[in-house]
Formats: sequence, C-alpha cells, structure tokens
Amino acid sequence: MLLRHAVDIRESEITDRALYLDRRRFLTLAAGAAGLALAPRPVQAGPLAGYRKRAMTVDDKPTSFEAITTYNNFYEFGTDKSDPSKYAPGVFVTKPWSVAVDGECGKPGTVAFEDLIRPVPLEERIYRHRCVEAWSMVIPWVGVPLAPVLKRFEPGSRAKYVRFTTLLDPKRMPGQSRPILDWPYREGLRIDEAMHPLTFLAVGLYGQDLLPQNGAPLRLVVPWKYGFKSIKSIVRISFVEKQPTTTWMEAGPDEYGFYSNVNPHVDHPRWSQATERRIGEFFRRKTLMFNGYGDQVASLYQGMDLRANF
Amino acid sequence: MSRALRLAKPAVFAVSLLPLVWVAWLAVAGGLGANPIEALNRFLGDWALRFLLVALAVTPVRRLTGWAAVGRLRRMLGLFAFFYAVLHVSSYVGLDQFFDWQAIGKDILKRHYITVGMAALTLLVPLAATSTQSMIRRVGGRNWRRLHRAVYVITPLAVVHFWMMVKADHSRPLVYGVVAALLLAVRLPRFLGPAGRT
Repeated sequence: MLLRHAVDIRESEITDRALYLDRRRFLTLAAGAAGLALAPRPVQAGPLAGYRKRAMTVDDKPTSFEAITTYNNFYEFGTDKSDPSKYAPGVFVTKPWSVAVDGECGKPGTVAFEDLIRPVPLEERIYRHRCVEAWSMVIPWVGVPLAPVLKRFEPGSRAKYVRFTTLLDPKRMPGQSRPILDWPYREGLRIDEAMHPLTFLAVGLYGQDLLPQNGAPLRLVVPWKYGFKSIKSIVRISFVEKQPTTTWMEAGPDEYGFYSNVNPHVDHPRWSQATERRIGEFFRRKTLMFNGYGDQVASLYQGMDLRANF
Repeated sequence: MSRALRLAKPAVFAVSLLPLVWVAWLAVAGGLGANPIEALNRFLGDWALRFLLVALAVTPVRRLTGWAAVGRLRRMLGLFAFFYAVLHVSSYVGLDQFFDWQAIGKDILKRHYITVGMAALTLLVPLAATSTQSMIRRVGGRNWRRLHRAVYVITPLAVVHFWMMVKADHSRPLVYGVVAALLLAVRLPRFLGPAGRT
C-alpha cells in the first residue's frame, strides 16, 4: 500500500498554529481597513505555518509547483489550462471569505473561512490527482480533513448527500460572463464519501496559501475521484436528502456521472481511462483503480455496479 | 510563370513553414507548458485546419480579385494542410500514445472525434498523392477535379473533429466552422448553376 502515516514528527516542525491564524486574522482586518481607502487587491500567497508535515504521502514524486499552478482547469477564469494562472491572480479577491452551511443539519450558519478551518489542525497530504482528461499530478496539499469540519454543523439523519457550490461573481471570475457551464459550479458527494478520512479541504499547497488559480481560499480534494469532483473556491455547503445534480452531469449526462470514481475499466466517451500522462513524464502510466486508494475506499461501493454508476 | 508568382511561391513556402519553426523553438526552449505533448498536438492540429481553410479560400479569392496567379499557390497550401495533418497524427501516435497500436486502434473505434479525424486524414491521402503534374495527367483532369472535391467533405470533418474534442467551450471550433461554411457556401451558386462545376 502506498499510503503512509507519518510517525515521527519533530516538535520543531509543528510551528505555532495560533501564530498562523493570528496572521490570517490580521491580514483580514488589515484588508478590511484598507478597503475603506483602497479597492481590495488580489491576495498574494504567503507561507503557511503550523501544519503537520507529510501526514499522508505516496511514493510518487510530487509534481513541480510551477506545473501545478500553471496547468489546470478552472473554467471560471477561461477554458485553456493556462488561463487560470494568467487571469485569476489579477482579479480574484479571496478576502474576506465566508462559507454558508445549510440544509439538513442542526446548526446551519455562515462562517468566516478562518473560523471554519480553525478547530481542526492543519496537515499536509501528498495525494495523487487524476484528471478525467487522462493527465495526472502528485500534489502536496495543506488543509484539514472534511469530516470534522462538517460534523460541527450536526448533519441530521436526512443528510444523505452533501452539495458544494463555488462562488458566483462574474466580476471576480470573468469566465462566468460566458455561459460555458451553468454557473455557479456545483459538486456533490454521498455523505459517507464526504465523511471519509481521505476527503480533504485544502487551503494550501507546497506549504503556501492556495493560489487563486488552484481554488483559493478553500477547495475540496477527493483523491480517488476525477479532478472535477474536487470543487474550488467553495462558498456554500448544503446537506441534502436527494442526490444533487452536478454541473458536469448537466453539461454532459452521458459523459460525467455523479460518482466519477477513477476507474481504468470504465472508459469516458472522449478518453480511454486505462492510462494517464503524469505531468512531467513522457511515457503514459497505467491508471490505478480508485487512483490507487482502493484499499481505503473500495468498501464504500460494495455491491454497486460501477459501470452503471460511473 | 509570371515574375510575381516566381517570387511568391518561395515566400509562401517559407511562411508556411514558420508555424513548424515556431513550435520547434518552443519545444526546445521549454515554452510548451506543463504538458508539452498535448500542446504540440493541439498546435499542429490547429495549423492543419488553418491551411485547409486557406487552401479552400484560394479559388474564391481568385474569382473575387481576378488575380489568376493566386490559383497557382493552391496546391502548395493544400499540401501544407496535409503536412501539418500528418505531423498532428504523428504526434498523437508517436508521442502521446508512443506507438501503442492497440490503444490507438481502440481510440479510433471508440472515440468518435478520433474516428472523424482519422477519416479526414485518410481522405486527404489520395489528394496529396495525386498532386503532381504527372499524376494529374494520369488521373485525367476531369476525374482529378472530381476527386479533389473530397476537400468539401474533409474540411467539415476536420471542424467536426475539433468540435467533438472540445468539452464545453465551443467558441473556437465555431469560428473555424463559420469560416468553412462561408468558403463552401460561396461555391454553391456555381455548383448548382448552369455551369455545373467548379
């Protein structure tokens, strides 16, 4: 098995987390004060501190920071994979940021981004990332597991699914001024998928705050599913009873299913999913079932026909 | 051959090679981004389609301007379309799939945009093969003209190939589609009219 849990973490590696949060809070306040005089400016990534390094990792070599931050899909900023890094940093203001949590839960509410992640210790997880377009990366995310974040809102027995929504603001996300997809972008998970220990809310990568093009300030990371499930720049989390329809399911019902688990045996109409190009490598690799996370997640789908539930 | 044409031919030839020079330079200089194989493949496909459209524009331009000599560039431009199409497919076969013939065969059968693209390239082959003077003579002018009308099918196939490949934002294939449709539409009156041939 490729997953490892870090065992020996030196005390010195665990920098003071209060310091990190104070810094963010200060920046938020400063940005708010500055906003009285100046237009808000896009965020510059700063170093993150106080996270547990390599809490989970894989044997594969991480993809370069350059590639991760210049080659990705984020149609809110354009449909070329170089568009997000070209256009997002100039326009995408991510402070202040809050997330509304609603639906089938005991304690709904709107929470500032900092307060949403504060109760859970930050950690680094190096995950494989597999795009449905048959390319892949290895990304050192920093963030928090999703489950403890969700539990705080006390999801009820009718919370069978979780729906996530990206910001809708064509001023900050210029790609939304064209009807390429039915904005805002929406994604969903079954509640047990959302509560799975691998499911992660990333706020940084390579030890820095997430850059706008990668889904700042917080995005989902579901490493055993195709990348488009890992919704970026989340503003709403809803506990719902019925399976939500996602943006890509609407755009192409034959192409994108609700589950979208990485599966080399079920081809997408456009791409064979048997192999993938790891960014930075010449030869294609064989794609692993559940992106190599089968030991942890296969049990979620026991008895399900993964061909029908693609 | 007029003097202008004698100068124009090598100039057009050199200009037509510029995209290849440019992409070769990008590849060497690391300017193709994080996924250079994909970038190269897209670049070559774009230029194959552009040359198809430019070649298709020759006859309408000749008729509009009355400059007969421009017609003499058509063969070269058509052959450049074939040249970039072959490079486009070669980059898919040799770089993207690294000669995995089984995967390529499956792609052609199952990925419809690849099926359509391969059909377009296959149809281009007899056109390129009959582009020499001696082949034109052997085939015969009338048959040759009939055969080369295949480009009226090939160009839409190439646009459809691009259209199908795109996931959601069809603005670029739409532009190519509109240009192709115009270039085909201007031929319709002659095609349907009493002259009956182009």
